[in-house]
Amino acid sequence: MKVSLSWLKEYLPGEYDIHRLADALTMVGLEVDRVEDRYAYLDTVLVSRIDAVAPHPNADRLVCCQVNTGNGQVPVVCGAPNVKEGALVPLARPGTVFPNGSTLKKSTIRGEISDGMLCSQAELELGLDTSGLMILADDLTVGQPLGKALGLSDPVLEIDLTPNRADCLSVIGICREIAAIEKTEIQFPDVPEPAPGNEINQLTSITIEAPDLCPRYTAGVLTDVNVGPSPFWLQDRLRSVGLRPINNVVDITNFVMMETGQPLHAFDFDRLAEHRIVVRTAREGDLFTTLDGQERKLHDDTLMICDGEKPVAMAGVMGGLNSEIESTSTRVLIESACFNQASIRRTAKQFNLGSDASHRFERGVDPQGCVRAMERAAQLMVEICGGKMAEGFIDVHPGPVLPVVIELSVDRTNRVLGIDLTADQITQLLQSVEFDVQPGDSDSRLSVTSPSFRMDISRPEDLMEEVARLYGYNRIPTTFPAIRDSRATTSPAISFRERLKALMTGFGFIEAITYSFNAKRDYDCLNFSADDPRRRFVSLLNPLSESQSVMRTSLVPGLLGTVRHNINQQLRHIKLFEIGQTFIRGDENALPDQKEILSGLWTGNRVENTWHDQNTPCDFYDLKGVLEGLLTALRVEATRFTRLQSDGFPYFKPDAAAEILSGTTPIGVMGEVSTSVCDTFDIDQPVFLFEMDAAVLASVTPSTRQARLLPRYPSMNRDITIIVDRNIEGFTLQNHLYQLDEPLVESIQLVDVFEGKSIPPGKKSLSFRITYRSETETLVDNAINDIHQRLARHLVKNFDAALPA
Amino acid sequence: MSKTVPETIEQIQEEALNAVASARTPDDLQALSTRYLGRKGAVTRFLRNISSLPPDQRPTAGKEANKVKKALEAVFSETADRLAQNSAKDKTAIDVSLPGRSAVRGTLHPVTLIMRQICDIFSRLGFSVAEGPEIETDYYNFEALNFPRNHPARDMQDTFFVSEDIVLRTHTSPLQVRVMEKQSPPVRVVAPGKVFRCDSDLTHTPMFHQVEGLMVDENISFGDLKGILTVFVHQMFDDQTSIRFRPSFFPFTEPSAEVDIQCVMCRGRGCRVCSDTGWLEVLGSGMVHPAVLENVGYDTHRYTGFAFGMGVERIAMMKYGIDDLRKFFENDIRFLTQFE
Repeated sequence: MKVSLSWLKEYLPGEYDIHRLADALTMVGLEVDRVEDRYAYLDTVLVSRIDAVAPHPNADRLVCCQVNTGNGQVPVVCGAPNVKEGALVPLARPGTVFPNGSTLKKSTIRGEISDGMLCSQAELELGLDTSGLMILADDLTVGQPLGKALGLSDPVLEIDLTPNRADCLSVIGICREIAAIEKTEIQFPDVPEPAPGNEINQLTSITIEAPDLCPRYTAGVLTDVNVGPSPFWLQDRLRSVGLRPINNVVDITNFVMMETGQPLHAFDFDRLAEHRIVVRTAREGDLFTTLDGQERKLHDDTLMICDGEKPVAMAGVMGGLNSEIESTSTRVLIESACFNQASIRRTAKQFNLGSDASHRFERGVDPQGCVRAMERAAQLMVEICGGKMAEGFIDVHPGPVLPVVIELSVDRTNRVLGIDLTADQITQLLQSVEFDVQPGDSDSRLSVTSPSFRMDISRPEDLMEEVARLYGYNRIPTTFPAIRDSRATTSPAISFRERLKALMTGFGFIEAITYSFNAKRDYDCLNFSADDPRRRFVSLLNPLSESQSVMRTSLVPGLLGTVRHNINQQLRHIKLFEIGQTFIRGDENALPDQKEILSGLWTGNRVENTWHDQNTPCDFYDLKGVLEGLLTALRVEATRFTRLQSDGFPYFKPDAAAEILSGTTPIGVMGEVSTSVCDTFDIDQPVFLFEMDAAVLASVTPSTRQARLLPRYPSMNRDITIIVDRNIEGFTLQNHLYQLDEPLVESIQLVDVFEGKSIPPGKKSLSFRITYRSETETLVDNAINDIHQRLARHLVKNFDAALPA
Repeated sequence: MSKTVPETIEQIQEEALNAVASARTPDDLQALSTRYLGRKGAVTRFLRNISSLPPDQRPTAGKEANKVKKALEAVFSETADRLAQNSAKDKTAIDVSLPGRSAVRGTLHPVTLIMRQICDIFSRLGFSVAEGPEIETDYYNFEALNFPRNHPARDMQDTFFVSEDIVLRTHTSPLQVRVMEKQSPPVRVVAPGKVFRCDSDLTHTPMFHQVEGLMVDENISFGDLKGILTVFVHQMFDDQTSIRFRPSFFPFTEPSAEVDIQCVMCRGRGCRVCSDTGWLEVLGSGMVHPAVLENVGYDTHRYTGFAFGMGVERIAMMKYGIDDLRKFFENDIRFLTQFE
């Protein structure tokens, strides 16, 4: 909502410090976003003198002027008939932004340079005269900015109104707040009562067929109206709040709307069939052309203003072309009505057709203001358009709103706010914004009736807010509540996530947060099959773009997209992780399955370029080591990585991917991203990636552990080296040895893998280091020779292995 | 000389061996060698003095003394070698200016860092930390919070719809209702999380993070809201940060207040960041609307409370001087690694 100081002063004469006023409004809840002088555009328009006029060599109707700017002369091409040497005129310098939004540039007109523009009144929106240059008084100082020279200054407040304060969508509404702040009285415009009479009823009638959607409809009729341009003051007022003048009748309805907050509509009375108004809902599929020239297909819940035959306006939203005021119109029906807030809002949304009127109706228009606004418009049409008001007016009022009386407890008000005001103080505060306050049934109770324009007030708490804001939030003492118990907890999921984040950063991984939306095609890029559950997307009905149209079912697209972004910035050595929700569509109208995933990747060099290591690329085992470290740190037991059998992860290279288990519980997957997938993400280097289900990981993470005694006797290490088929997985052999359950075997570690010379083709050599330890004695060679040989024999027998020569 | 008389060769040997064990440099050792084995050394003197012993003791003493001399000579020689080697090893020069081997810790996202700071402050004030679903029903996101359907208050939050009744939550406030449905007062809880609004430009991303807070108990006043949020601002920024409360509107609070802090860039003098007002909006807050308490079945005569919410990125931008919201989700590692 914009309002100029000069307009406010119409109703609140006086002098105001605009910045103090803006602050005061902000502090009562009308946040002033900006204060700008509406004549600021005149800062680059200078009082100048035409020193010389010469014919334009290439154009008959133009002249070339030498214009004195007070700081030298500039050449300006001009076509005005009244250009003459010695005259003081406004010169807009290049860079001037005109009120219509255009920016003036230095230009060449038919071969002649024009370093500025000499302006008419209308071009500067300082008057209506378009006939020639604006001739300035001789006593002005050449070179002065025009606004300063003419004393033009009118600050405009731009107020960011909250949706509850519909009453402030008008100049008078804002004046009410200022009057409360300044403790003054508003001088309302003097509107004469309409002449009583019955003439109106001979002319027209109003029928409301949808009383629940139209609680009040008032109308008046003017005859002998001359439609034409508005006088300058009216155009100027509208422009000062950002409205475009159209013609005097329409301008008056807009002016009154801005003044009072009541949207009005003016119909050409003679274009209304049967000269009457019917308020009803449309028939589904009816077509109607609104004032903006758009044809619209109506719904059966669209409230329409109709004449005897057809719709003539979309109620409270926009008028129709078929009843628009034209230059030839002479009789005008003024509509001043109230419509159902939700209905207007639904219609405006359905047709994506917000207007100043619908904006106000959606938020609530004072039902007691209709008649007065209609009279005000009629008064102005009589004054400005030479119209005659038909005697009387029509007021159909099927849904009168009774004033609500709210009982307010002084004690409770004080207790809720944390202040100590008397009943008198509270009364005065409420009265300052036109509440009616009467003593209640006891000393500490007040009986409060809110003014009809405050449709946001319905309960005692609403009044408490009024008291608080008018008293001043910052005068309310700052106190501290008693903390009555100490059951503060942190949800386990948050604690576990924090732990994962600490571990992952400890392993050198950087936390990313990617958007929770993806494109469907991202999942094509990951090679998901058509029936993959990760294609059961939660789709947005109103996405911002195709690339953000479905909720993610995997963190992989986001992370690979992040790699692409960084590679584009020449950042190629990346260790990233993210923890976030994924969403799989469930039953219709049920919330989707929301699952938290930890995912991460490593790409580029193991260590960023350093003199210690010449560009060793990271590999599968680098990432696997991190995950083993992670699982060890979490004390997850019986973890293993087995060849990924599932085809549910088609974005990995099939032979370089593993499933991660704890016992038999699958907790995640890892692997090398397939080259084709990398390619679709424009990634030209290997990427190793993992995913784990955070809740599953939490479920296999033990909560506390008992300390384990340290061994009392030394251990002894022996190695076994065997040669086996190269397709046998190392873990299988190791696991086999563990399963023999030899009591003295403490641990088995794979210490070497070798293929190549000295090993037969198709085979590999594996070395295991077996650590033996007894809990009761120091072991000697003899005690373990047998066991060690037994283990070796087992491997030879069960895996068709050979011992090295 | 007098204190060592009468001295046995065993005593000399023991003393010498102890001395050698504590020798740290070749020079130390050289001095000891002179003291024990030199021309005037203890062993030499002992040998010289043998002639003064009774003749029957001379052969044994001489033999013993020579044995000790040889043993000590061997020890001295070994020790000399060891010390020489050690000192040679210690002379290995390295270029201390070269970079060390990489041991780089990863970094947390600035949103995580700030969210953690916010939650920590409230945890210390006795608030629990909880969270709820990111995709919500219309009921929890709007209705229960006193946003009726077809009410302009819904325009305050541009909503992504999944269906007519399911939305991406536009704020973390639904958790207020979810917590109160499960728990009776006293309630103190903060709820961090992602939120979504269909808006994207320089100052808006369709996804961002909020922390919501709620306190409900007997006798909770607007003054208490001011108290808790003032403590929060002072801990989050610093003790000197001025704070102001101004009337606003949220459907689920009444009275409602925006909380502004003195601009962190210009210290309140007025600058581009604060649009010359000297103030920056950091929190929305208010006394919980009785309609919300009624929706969860709380006794509104007995209980009052306050709620508040804040944008995490916004606070991160203020604290870290970040000027472009979109940077948070580009995940450029040069950006991500700046914060700790």
